Amino acid sequence: MSAYLYYPGCSMEASALAYHESLMAICEPLGLNLDEIEDWNCCGATEYVGVSTTPAYALICRNLALAKEQAKGTDTVVAPCSACYLNLAKANYYMRERPSLGEKVNAALAAGGLHYEPDSLIIRHLLDVIINDIGLDTVKSKVVRPLTGLRVAPYLGCMVPRPDYQKRWSDHEHPNELDRLLRALGAQVIDFPLKTHCCGGHMTQIGPATAFELIRRLIASAQQHQADLMATVCPMCQMNIDAYQAETNRHFRTNYRMPILFFTQLMGLAFGLDPKRLGFGREFVNAQPALSRIGVEVPTNEAEQKPPRIPGRRDKNLPMPRMPGEEEN
Amino acid sequence: MSDVVAQGLDPSNPNLRFLEEVSRRTAGVSRLEMCIQCGTCGGSCPSSADMDHTPRMLFAMIRAGMREEALQSNTPWICVSCYHCVVRCPQDVHIADVMYTLKSMAIHAKLYRDSTPPHFSQTFVDMVEKYGRSYEFGLATRHYLKHFPLRLPGMAPMGLGMLTRKRIELKPRRIRGIQQLHAILERAKEVEENE
Ligand code: SF4
Ligand code: SF4
Repeated sequence: MSAYLYYPGCSMEASALAYHESLMAICEPLGLNLDEIEDWNCCGATEYVGVSTTPAYALICRNLALAKEQAKGTDTVVAPCSACYLNLAKANYYMRERPSLGEKVNAALAAGGLHYEPDSLIIRHLLDVIINDIGLDTVKSKVVRPLTGLRVAPYLGCMVPRPDYQKRWSDHEHPNELDRLLRALGAQVIDFPLKTHCCGGHMTQIGPATAFELIRRLIASAQQHQADLMATVCPMCQMNIDAYQAETNRHFRTNYRMPILFFTQLMGLAFGLDPKRLGFGREFVNAQPALSRIGVEVPTNEAEQKPPRIPGRRDKNLPMPRMPGEEEN
Repeated sequence: MSDVVAQGLDPSNPNLRFLEEVSRRTAGVSRLEMCIQCGTCGGSCPSSADMDHTPRMLFAMIRAGMREEALQSNTPWICVSCYHCVVRCPQDVHIADVMYTLKSMAIHAKLYRDSTPPHFSQTFVDMVEKYGRSYEFGLATRHYLKHFPLRLPGMAPMGLGMLTRKRIELKPRRIRGIQQLHAILERAKEVEENE
């Protein structure tokens, strides 16, 4: 059993519930022991750092301070979410690179009776731990239902391979870790040129046109390479490409139906686990047609079979509501 | 803004220290002063087409002390934190973090022109400060009602889909140590102000 401190992050409890469920299901076969940090808080995503610096880093570091107190026999924190992983890793790194930041953060933490010594923990992403600690040999040995014939686009997004403070990834722009893992599951992995391109991040919320174009590029490229589905390591990427695919289609008058699953769901399938435990049916773009190609039945969401009719189409000429910057807040 | 060239020539102009200020406020070592204006960042940027200025131009403006113009630029708000420029920059400038700094400075100085992105960030932060966790339902309803009411009808099936798939929770989760978190954030804000 390899034991790690575990920082789930907010998405795992809701929007990425399928990631959580499938991860919990594969822990046992992988011999992965995740010790959840008690009473962890949100990492601030990509929002708090854009509002004010010291509070944003203090928010992140409360988690690190709690993790350090809880640590028994390991100094490694694992995060499944890309943004959480980067925030934790960044705080760890910058507090040492710029000691004045470390002092300010610790002055703040002291108000809550906490302290964190920069770099006293190691922050790693779940995929890194599975590839480099558990290893592909172990993964392969657990495969009882290989995904033979399933064409998968490996999609990492931005914040796992970049900026990569600890130089853990094989490449910043074309890393091969996810490809190797999916191949170990028996899948046919396409050479996906946009594997570390952006999913639009929070732009789906604040600048949809910018986001839709980024989403469109990814789906179009995956489709062009005849992928049956995309596999992701990130809750935000999954959400944007999956839940916003319909809106993206409306925006461009396209008709893409590209499913995107968490890599842990595919691992669970290949390990022969009951699909009911793997979060299937939570995706908006139904993955069943793709999985039928390899003879796998998974639970689906009924609503997905008959997409509700959307009343009227968004008028492209309607202006976005804008407010004068001075007005408030 | 008045004549920028004349401003730039005035040695008493505090904006000449703008570069220093941006650098100081950035979390790590920004290395912004090391920028050689090569343009690799703009050429790597997936969303530069929607930006008022490419990152390179923005950094030239910062160096030229064009404080207001730089803080009014939509560039930091369009930046999606993809870190493509960061790993390609020959000078290791912490570009994405500089963008965060510029956003926070624009909020502080109320110089942003489109209120949608800063309100979204602030609403997110409000939720986190209140509960210690993000609260997507509260965030989405507040945000869309205020900024994208016209998008709501089209979004309704998705919202419903999120609910039926149990991908959004109606009630927020609050951490046990919320008092502790409040104390930490209060102190952090004091430290930030006294900078
Ligand atoms: S890539 Fe780096 S050095 Fe080149 S213009 Fe951009 S910030 Fe400056
Ligand atoms: S981090 Fe921001 S500025 Fe840099 S390439 Fe990505 S979107 Fe552009």
